[in-house]
Amino acid sequence: MRALRWTLGAIVLIAVIVLIIHRPPAMPFFPDMPFAGFVTRALYILVLAALLVLFRIRKGPTAADRVMAIDILGVLIVGICAVVSIATQRSWYIDIAIAWALQSFIGALAFAKYLEGRSFDD
Amino acid sequence: MIDTVGLVFVGFGLFFDLAGCLGLVRLPDVYNRLQASTKCVTLGTCSILFGTFLITGINGAGIKALLCIVFVALTSPVAAHAIARASHRGGVKLWKGTVVDRYAEDQEGEA
Repeated sequence: MRALRWTLGAIVLIAVIVLIIHRPPAMPFFPDMPFAGFVTRALYILVLAALLVLFRIRKGPTAADRVMAIDILGVLIVGICAVVSIATQRSWYIDIAIAWALQSFIGALAFAKYLEGRSFDD
Repeated sequence: MIDTVGLVFVGFGLFFDLAGCLGLVRLPDVYNRLQASTKCVTLGTCSILFGTFLITGINGAGIKALLCIVFVALTSPVAAHAIARASHRGGVKLWKGTVVDRYAEDQEGEA
């Protein structure tokens, strides 16, 4: 049963990745920009990774799982901002990425202190 | 040419991001998941940002991408270490197949 679930999950994941690379399920996001096809595929793959992280946030047995998954989601959003800035040739997406990285770091530290059972002024 | 190299870096980073998130779903324990996902996603995102720097060139956005690499590479391992330490102190159980727990041995030695 366990091996069956493993094989089924692997087949579904590989099929989704091959579908994304071979034929993306919608029009390119930025049709008149350079690298439109590559950026569309890259955004779909990053959104697939973010959906896996959201599954862990939904399921995670402990609070530490959820805090860790939110931290990882912040780093993924930095990558999404970088890819969008390649597509649109606008520099302020990188500003969003820097601000998001620092804010996510501070949030993760605050949640870590809460998990440890201490108060914030300790 | 330099655009092609940048796209290769971005593709490398996408592979590592996806592998890290797969480890986040598959592995059995908080500490295993933390180790797999943090290292893979940090490397992947730094690679994507370096590809952005190569494609953009040396201007404002490229320099800010390099700065963002520094921020991500500094902050992500620190946050992961803080979460691992806090969850160990907060009493999250290790996986039943774990063979060694040096942190608990060290705390017993101090007490």
